[in-house]
Amino acid sequence: MTTLRMTEDHEWIRMDSSDSGTVGITQFAQEQLGDIVFVELPAIGRRLARGEDAAVIESVKAAAECKAPVSGTVTEVNAALADAPGKVNQDPTGAGWFFKLRLDDVKQLEALMDDAAYRAKTAK
Amino acid sequence: MTDAPLARTPLHALHLELGARLVAFAGYEMPVQYPAGILAEHLHTRSAASLFDVSHMGQARLPMSAAAAVETLVPVDVLGLAPGRQRYAFFTNEAGGILDDLMFSNASDHYFVVVNAARKEHDFALLAKHCSAEVLAGRALLALQGPLAGEVMRRLAPEAAALEFMQTCTATLEGAACFVSRSGYTGEDGFEISVCAADADRLARLLLAQPGVAAAGLGARDSLRLEAGLCLYGHDMDDATTPVEAGLEWAIQKVRRRGGAREGGFPGASVILEQLERGTARRRVGLVPEGRAPVREGALLQDAAGRAVGRVTSGGFGASANAPLAMGYVDSPLAAPGVQLNAVVRGKLRHCRVSALPFIPHRYHRRKSQ
Repeated sequence: MTTLRMTEDHEWIRMDSSDSGTVGITQFAQEQLGDIVFVELPAIGRRLARGEDAAVIESVKAAAECKAPVSGTVTEVNAALADAPGKVNQDPTGAGWFFKLRLDDVKQLEALMDDAAYRAKTAK
Repeated sequence: MTDAPLARTPLHALHLELGARLVAFAGYEMPVQYPAGILAEHLHTRSAASLFDVSHMGQARLPMSAAAAVETLVPVDVLGLAPGRQRYAFFTNEAGGILDDLMFSNASDHYFVVVNAARKEHDFALLAKHCSAEVLAGRALLALQGPLAGEVMRRLAPEAAALEFMQTCTATLEGAACFVSRSGYTGEDGFEISVCAADADRLARLLLAQPGVAAAGLGARDSLRLEAGLCLYGHDMDDATTPVEAGLEWAIQKVRRRGGAREGGFPGASVILEQLERGTARRRVGLVPEGRAPVREGALLQDAAGRAVGRVTSGGFGASANAPLAMGYVDSPLAAPGVQLNAVVRGKLRHCRVSALPFIPHRYHRRKSQ
């Protein structure tokens, strides 16, 4: 399995090819949010700047944003979340993915955290 | 989050043991959910029974002689409340606004009151000006809620299981002297059990050991009361909202209304009594947003022409309704089931249908004839 890179805001991106990646939120994020009841995904073709609000996550407790970890263009979204938003809770880095992105500049990945750095950040 | 140290309830150790997620609420460290999660805890309450720690709420006892004085604070029939009965009430201000809502019980040799955690200092100071209220700081309050609650109580305290909705009694549970009411904040049958702090942990563990009983947190309590159409103080009502605007006329007995034997005599009586006869400019309503996304507190409501007609005061996801649900205030001509409005959410319009309350029918334990 290809490695995940994480943001300070608890999104992850996994590269699927040299210039495209899948984005979602981390296990830590889904635990903090609690039961997720709705995800508003970006339109396919939308250009996203790094750090821009890309998706809205509604849990039973509150609304939260998923930001774009890097700049790029949305190429696909996880339509299964419309009927089963709970997939984000059950499998946040697998079936609970949000959208796929064609990156503007893969060098932006270097600013993201690897697993060890992210674990250190989220450890109590 | 606040910098002041948070108070803990007598069940704090039990919450930690059960894996609760604790949050700051009204100055207390309270469980918002347990590992099962809010949706599961909500559904469990409607299908079996849940135990909620509501020890953060304020409890006090008043002498029987306080009844007339209390009637100067609430538009409710206190003097006529029979022994063993409980009544919903609210303190009002001179403008007819609500200072807090409360549960008031006639415990035969004293009155027992339960007020909101965030308002207890205010409420107890108000009561102290009018009577000799004894604050019961050393007591916990446990809420056992759900269709299995009666069966659980039958095993542990048959005298409490014989109660009907809004009745109270003293009962001994596992050797602990308790004051029990058949009421709650979920729309389900259930009990609220006042017990001294020293016995609370033992009693909570006994209740959790009963078949079908699981712990539930404040998150589920909030979504359950929303489905049940029950107001949350500071959200669905406040000091600028009158009981008539909030749709709580049913709690103002005839004896305190115009022509009643003890008409008026509470703060804001002229406003409230007038509104009871002539209505109000705005009303609390239920709202069902289209789609799956919750419409939350604070969202502006518009009519089809884009005119501002109200605001959402509570909103979330109803696990039993399996849909987003909300409550809010709208101009009275629009306060009719079926009216279509729009809520402004993140700059976009969301269709909302005005709905009767409650969203999920109450299942209180009442005699069939009532």
